[in-house]
Amino acid sequence: MRIYIELGIYLTKRLSVLDSDLCVGCASCMLACTRRFAEVGYGKSAIHVRSAGGMEKGFIVVVCRACLEPPCAKVCPEDALVPRKGGGVILKPEKCIACGYCVEACPFGAIFWDEEVNKPIICVYCGYCANYCPYNVIALEEVR
Amino acid sequence: MYEPKPFSKVLYIDLNRRTSWVEERDDLVEEWLGGIGLGIQLLKEESMTSVDPLSPENSIILAVGPFNATYPLGSKTVALFKSPLTGNLGESYAGGRSSVSIKLAGYMAIVIRGASETPIYLAIHEDRVHFRDASALWGMTSSFTVGRVIAEREPSAGYRSILRIGPAGEKLVRYASVMVESFRHFGRLGLGAVFGSKKLKAIVISGRKALKVEDKVAYKKVYDEIFEKAVRSGLMKKYHELGTTMNVLPLNELGALPTMNLKSGRFEQAENISGEEMASKVLGRRIACSGCPVACIHLAALREPYPHEPFFYKTVFISYDYELAYALGSMLGIGKREGFLKLLHFVESAGLDAISTGVCFAWATEALEKGLISERETLLRLKWGDYESYIKAVKMIVEQPNEFYKELALGVRNASKHFGGEEFALSFGGNEMPGYHTGPAAYLGFLVGGRHSHLDNAGYSLDQKIRELPPPEELVEKLIKEESWRMVLNSLVICLFARGIYDAETVSEALDPLGIPVPPEELHRLGRDIYKQRYSLKIQMGFDPTELKPPGRILEVPTPHGTLEEEYFERGLKHFSNILRDWDII
Repeated sequence: MRIYIELGIYLTKRLSVLDSDLCVGCASCMLACTRRFAEVGYGKSAIHVRSAGGMEKGFIVVVCRACLEPPCAKVCPEDALVPRKGGGVILKPEKCIACGYCVEACPFGAIFWDEEVNKPIICVYCGYCANYCPYNVIALEEVR
Repeated sequence: MYEPKPFSKVLYIDLNRRTSWVEERDDLVEEWLGGIGLGIQLLKEESMTSVDPLSPENSIILAVGPFNATYPLGSKTVALFKSPLTGNLGESYAGGRSSVSIKLAGYMAIVIRGASETPIYLAIHEDRVHFRDASALWGMTSSFTVGRVIAEREPSAGYRSILRIGPAGEKLVRYASVMVESFRHFGRLGLGAVFGSKKLKAIVISGRKALKVEDKVAYKKVYDEIFEKAVRSGLMKKYHELGTTMNVLPLNELGALPTMNLKSGRFEQAENISGEEMASKVLGRRIACSGCPVACIHLAALREPYPHEPFFYKTVFISYDYELAYALGSMLGIGKREGFLKLLHFVESAGLDAISTGVCFAWATEALEKGLISERETLLRLKWGDYESYIKAVKMIVEQPNEFYKELALGVRNASKHFGGEEFALSFGGNEMPGYHTGPAAYLGFLVGGRHSHLDNAGYSLDQKIRELPPPEELVEKLIKEESWRMVLNSLVICLFARGIYDAETVSEALDPLGIPVPPEELHRLGRDIYKQRYSLKIQMGFDPTELKPPGRILEVPTPHGTLEEEYFERGLKHFSNILRDWDII
């Protein structure tokens, strides 16, 4: 892995929405994301599925796109969101003052709020959700 | 927002005073798990055994259980109320996003009391309960539109469920349904009319909490095992691919598909409304209930031209299932696929239970045929296969312009008492029959079942498993055993399509990490206890098992088990009463 990094080729991963038309709206991904912490529900989920204005019209799958120039990091007054090499951000929770600017700044609405700890929920690009998508709507992919 | 102890909160809502409060009901949840087990106890506390189902004193219970949001296919909510159709226990299940939303809003159950003087809808966003004016929504012709309006106005898309009634509920049609997310329903036994009587147009409920479990490692492990079973099993595959309409052709083949008010068990045009044909010709999308990877909800895309505008079309999505292909297809002799779908769409817009509506129309058509009633009553020439007349009849049921439709809006048992033709009025315990002419187990099942419907005890499935008829006493015991076990599944509250996955061992293993240790044999005992509690409540509400009788029609038309004998039913029902007597329920 190190050799790739030195060559400037990053094995950075991010979640991709392969085809939202395949989505059935089962919410298995959303439930999986909170279940990473062995909790039940949506309260820790960094992925969101909602209907595109009535379920008959299909679904919108909201995930962090791992932007190369993340707007969320730009507005963070405390540098709690650190841009990741290859795209996306890493949250430094100890620096976060819970101002919520990042939530507003994300054009995709992909930053959610953890009411328990009062901090944003930032995707960590682990791909746990994709393991539970029965219809291959989402996948963890390498970006270069 | 965050609840460390999530499994016992009951939200009480009083529509008279427009207030709400929360009570911790650990006492009930510890003993009865949730869902139907919990709901029956809450209903008992409402002490409404002798109240008029359409009076403010009739309370509505919505209950979820430990598996909702927690395990795959834990996707159902149970509604309990006094049924305005049967005058007895009302019990109905719906999926959609309802159960996950209620659970993640932080509740195990919601109890709705009283009635509003003016139309309202409830907006429940976790711990905030709003009583919103719904005067402008009252009277809207389509329950789909009501849902859209509320969806636009309320927050929390994706985390919420929208329950609403159509005009049929407002007009107190006794088999009005409550639509959930456009494509699922609390269909049976008239919850829609109870909403209507309370001037309650809709409930939107949202929640996105994170709930803790007791044993984190075990929880994830058990979840994964069940998830694997769910997505790998062939059972799930069939529900996903063709959906429940896969049953149309096999049942027709057996002579078990009730056709034209069960004058026959075979429908010539069955193929047109079969799962295979529907999937290849009109299937437009599949969707799922929250927490269910199976996605059994099949939506037909019906493309219709506008009559006065060339090359201008609208595409309507209509969810279809076996019961609808039966009730609004074969039962009415409708084999034209588009016609069936159009009728279904009107039934849904009006907010009627499709099964009851189809059975009522089928009776009316035959009564008209036989001259018991005339077009002076029906105002329409109802004729097998003529879906356009039936579409008009949907409007009539809602508007009730004359005495005939007023009576028909009270259900087929009532209408036939009034106009004759009781022997071909296909009602069981006052509930219009589901589509299984499979044999004695199905029919005994409808009769002795707690809500007089096929999913109580799956007699239709038993019919298809037994080669030779056992004595009726044995059959009844099997039905009771199945229904008792289903009390456990309906307390969790899982989708019954997953019953093959959730055996007693699996359920026990899955409850454990949640901090609810119940050994498998204890689960069986619990199921039996809930069964008894539920039946004792039915009896208190005036149910008399000695009055049960199958309609004459089912004894005339041969089933796959041959022509059924009245004596067989009499013996079975007698045994059933004896069992209830042994249990001191009657």
